[in-house]
Amino acid sequence: MKVLLSWLREFAPIQGETSLIGEQLSELGLAVESITHIGEHLDGVVVAKVLDLRPHPDADRIQIVEVDSGDGEPLQICCGAFNMSPGDFVPLATIGTVMPNGMEISRRKLRGEWSNGMLCSGAEIEIGDDDDGILILGSDSKQGTPLAESLGIESDVLYDLEVNPNRPDAMSVIGVARDLAAYQKIPFKIPEPKVSEKGKNVSEILKAEIVSPDLCGRFVARVIEGVSIADSPQWLQNRITSLGMRPVNNVVDVSNYVMLEMGQPSHTFDLASVSNSEFKVRWASDGEEIVTLDGVSRKLTTEDGVVADGSNVPIGIAGVMGGNSTEISEETSTVALEMAWWEPSAIAKTSRRLGLRSEASARFERGTDPEIIETAMRRFCELLEPEVSLLPGLVDEQGDMPAREKIKVRVSRVNSILGTDLDKKEILEILDPIGFEAKASKQDIEVTVPSFRPDTSLEIDVIEEIARIFGYENIVKTVPKSKTFGSLTAKQNDRRLIRSTLMGLGLDEVMPVPFLAPGELENAGLETDGIKVANPLVAEESVMRSSLRPGLLKTLAYNESHRLVGLKLFEIGHVYSHPQQPQPLPDEREHLVSLLAGDRVKEIVEIWSALADALAFRDYELIADSQAGFHATRTSRIEVQGRTVGFLGEIDPSVLASYEVSERVSCLEIDVDELLSIPHGHSHYKPFSRYPSSDIDLAFEVDESISSSEVRKCLEEKAGELLADINLFDVFRGAPVSEGRRSLAFKLRLQADDRTLTDTEVAEVHKDCIEAVEKKFSAKLRS
Amino acid sequence: MNQEYDSHLEEAKGKIEDSVDLESLKKLEAELLGKNSVTTQAKRSLGGLEPEERRELGFILNETRTKLEDMLSAKRKNLSSELMQEQLESERLDLTEFDRGHRLGHRHVVTQTWERLEDLFIGMGYTVSEGPEIEDEWHNFGALNFPPGHPARDMYDTLYVDYGEPMSTLLRTHTSPVQIRVMEEEEPPIYSIMPGRVFRSDTADATHMPVFHQIEALVIDKGITFGDLAGTIEAFTNAYFGKDFESRLRPSYFPFTEPSAEFDIRHPGGKWLELGGCGMVHPEVLRAGGLDPEEWQGFAFGFGLDRLALMRHEIDDLRELFRNDYRFLAQF
Repeated sequence: MKVLLSWLREFAPIQGETSLIGEQLSELGLAVESITHIGEHLDGVVVAKVLDLRPHPDADRIQIVEVDSGDGEPLQICCGAFNMSPGDFVPLATIGTVMPNGMEISRRKLRGEWSNGMLCSGAEIEIGDDDDGILILGSDSKQGTPLAESLGIESDVLYDLEVNPNRPDAMSVIGVARDLAAYQKIPFKIPEPKVSEKGKNVSEILKAEIVSPDLCGRFVARVIEGVSIADSPQWLQNRITSLGMRPVNNVVDVSNYVMLEMGQPSHTFDLASVSNSEFKVRWASDGEEIVTLDGVSRKLTTEDGVVADGSNVPIGIAGVMGGNSTEISEETSTVALEMAWWEPSAIAKTSRRLGLRSEASARFERGTDPEIIETAMRRFCELLEPEVSLLPGLVDEQGDMPAREKIKVRVSRVNSILGTDLDKKEILEILDPIGFEAKASKQDIEVTVPSFRPDTSLEIDVIEEIARIFGYENIVKTVPKSKTFGSLTAKQNDRRLIRSTLMGLGLDEVMPVPFLAPGELENAGLETDGIKVANPLVAEESVMRSSLRPGLLKTLAYNESHRLVGLKLFEIGHVYSHPQQPQPLPDEREHLVSLLAGDRVKEIVEIWSALADALAFRDYELIADSQAGFHATRTSRIEVQGRTVGFLGEIDPSVLASYEVSERVSCLEIDVDELLSIPHGHSHYKPFSRYPSSDIDLAFEVDESISSSEVRKCLEEKAGELLADINLFDVFRGAPVSEGRRSLAFKLRLQADDRTLTDTEVAEVHKDCIEAVEKKFSAKLRS
Repeated sequence: MNQEYDSHLEEAKGKIEDSVDLESLKKLEAELLGKNSVTTQAKRSLGGLEPEERRELGFILNETRTKLEDMLSAKRKNLSSELMQEQLESERLDLTEFDRGHRLGHRHVVTQTWERLEDLFIGMGYTVSEGPEIEDEWHNFGALNFPPGHPARDMYDTLYVDYGEPMSTLLRTHTSPVQIRVMEEEEPPIYSIMPGRVFRSDTADATHMPVFHQIEALVIDKGITFGDLAGTIEAFTNAYFGKDFESRLRPSYFPFTEPSAEFDIRHPGGKWLELGGCGMVHPEVLRAGGLDPEEWQGFAFGFGLDRLALMRHEIDDLRELFRNDYRFLAQF
């Protein structure tokens, strides 16, 4: 909502510096997005008359315009717009003028032709938003006149305000003025429009009926005679232009003016074209059609409201757009003026469905003030006078109107919510200027909500109003002392530990977007029925990831395309999938994926074991396995206490090819939720033996198909309680070890808690271990 | 007699000085102090002398041996130190070869900001709560006092997912649904923050992303006031941005808080910068969370987390956070 300071001052004697008023508006909850000083940049801009137009010899997008800027001499200007003709009056920024954007106009050559100034669009000199072409001035303009004088522009201040959905009243000049007046503690008054009424009473020539009371709460019509279509006076055009509307003709402009000023949209009908001079307000029937003012034929549904005529034919879409059959034209002399209160949700639905959102529908959607209608109608006629005459009386039909709420407000509650110490009298003084009638009873205050604040229905709504006018800045700041202990949960701590560990190992954390394009899961070798976005903006964001791998692979590919290779990355994030069993929400789990680019499968295993160490998972197993998207023969499942928590290994080379990653890539994928749900962490102190230990080195030749962890497990079982530690210290392939086999060398440290082991005991374990491994794995001890 | 040993010492001194290594010095030691040495031989003859002579010769012999030992020891020290020098010299190593061999990884800037904020609020006595990123319509809107068809829903460009009834399941548009989940799961008093990932149907540009991060704080306790909200925001502002920063609240509108406000911060003399939204938890929201608004009152405030990361590191494009270029990642 834009407001002009001069316009606001018609309702309250607002004081103060421009910027201070801006601050006050912000403190009232009407955030100021911009402040424009109108007329400030018009010094040096004069009216010029177009004398001649001719093409620029060297440029297609520029033409040469000769103008008379008042001295009768042709002045050459180069201009990039083509919307003017000889005889038009246009604004000319003369040499030396400083434009709103800071540019100073100078005499200069454009492709070899002199330009002695600049012709301006409305937007360029901040008269409206129109930047389509040069602003064409009225034909009664006079060349040489300063533009401000010609347009009757007085210096003024324009505030562009952000109005929240709970402030329908602030969609009008009077609403903003009322708030400012309350802030400044100055009187606010809507002057009574001066109109004379004569002729027959309206009720004799016009009828209206609300057929659907749930659509329309109030429908008011009056008749104006003697209307002739013409241009509005310049001052009125200037004002509505400043507020962002385009002048059309006197009737349309006045309608817009009243809407901007009082928040009440109106519609005018050519009464002669309204069958039976009768209005019927009702829901449309399904498939009913109407040609609207813009000439488009529109099909309606039972959720759309219409104004129909005496023959029950729709002549307007309620609150959204009129029909073209009853449009005011040059021939119109008797106008039916209609103002109504429409059910906000009806207007919201229709305007959205038809894509017809306008200043009027925006106001109806928020809820207009049903009690401003009489004043607004008189104001409408006042602005059209003296050409017209208003017939006395009005047709005023009532539908379902939400009752004006009476709200009990407890003084104690006000202070308890706000942390203030206001008494009854102070609260009444705050509420009165913003139209909330308040009456004090014993402990409470009874508040009647003004008709222009339909958003207000609860005690808390009134408390907010009290806070707003009291001033948020005047509420004393206090800090409550927390009654809980500030801490992270065990899981949040573990997540940090995982990050720190991976960082320590040299991995960088990445954060790809969680959206995927169709086919990306498939390319990663994964199942394709991911959760789909129902209304994606682009196909690249239409699937939710069911694995972190695609995002990380894309990250590797992106970096590789910038010659950044050998990266070590990780991400911790959510993945989403369809659940096995019906449940309210999709499966959402936290995963960790780490990718190492390069030949680094050994390192990925070390990263896992470091993580297990950091999180104190002592018992886990790596079991050779396969997993979709992983390398068929270089993958292990990670099992912790018998539960699968993830996989590690290499990424399938064909997956890498489809992601255009040319390095080998090792991968660790962990279901963090699953992993951290398994008991872990540091346990009680376990005393260690004080007796000497003995070491045994055993190297076995085993088939490649047998994993070292199986051999280790066998050794652990055989050594039993005496085993203090076991280590795979060497792996050897090549002669003399035969093809398809390799040597695994383990060091076992034996130790008893209560004695020094005898040579016999050690020899026995030695023998048992060798026998067991040789037998179980067809292994051969190497000597 | 004395002269005899003086010349012995003189002779020994020359030999010791001429020793080139520890091995020859050891041989020399045996020769000078061992069984067949001049002094040992002489000692053996002491028994046959007069007491007077014996005492005199004994003294001279002891003195001579002490001198010999000192000379040998000094030479030994000298020789081993030379040896050590040689060894050290032969082990010379260029340590700069190993410089920058292993580097630490980097926490993503968003994570850094996230953890900084967590730590700050933990210090103020808050816990950290989390919730799902794919939410139901009730937690994201309904429970937060957005009735179906409410125009305020238009303020959020919501991305829905194909799950359950149409428009029933969505990518959460803010972290506020976690407020409801916390109220459902925990008994007040509640002092908690909710950092998380949120989604909007937005085209990526320098200031917008379809996915970004928010953090919000929720306090529910007896007698919590709007003054507490303003004071907590001020305390947070001072803790995060610096003691000299100030904050202000301006009236605004959110369906789930009332009174509602935007909060701004500024460096003294600087411009106000809009940071986030806040307000007193709306009575309907407390009810939706299963709490009696006559018994419990609370406030909530929230703001964008990514923007703080951008501000802190003077990054001018939000998209950079999600592009994951190594040259970006490795800077922080």
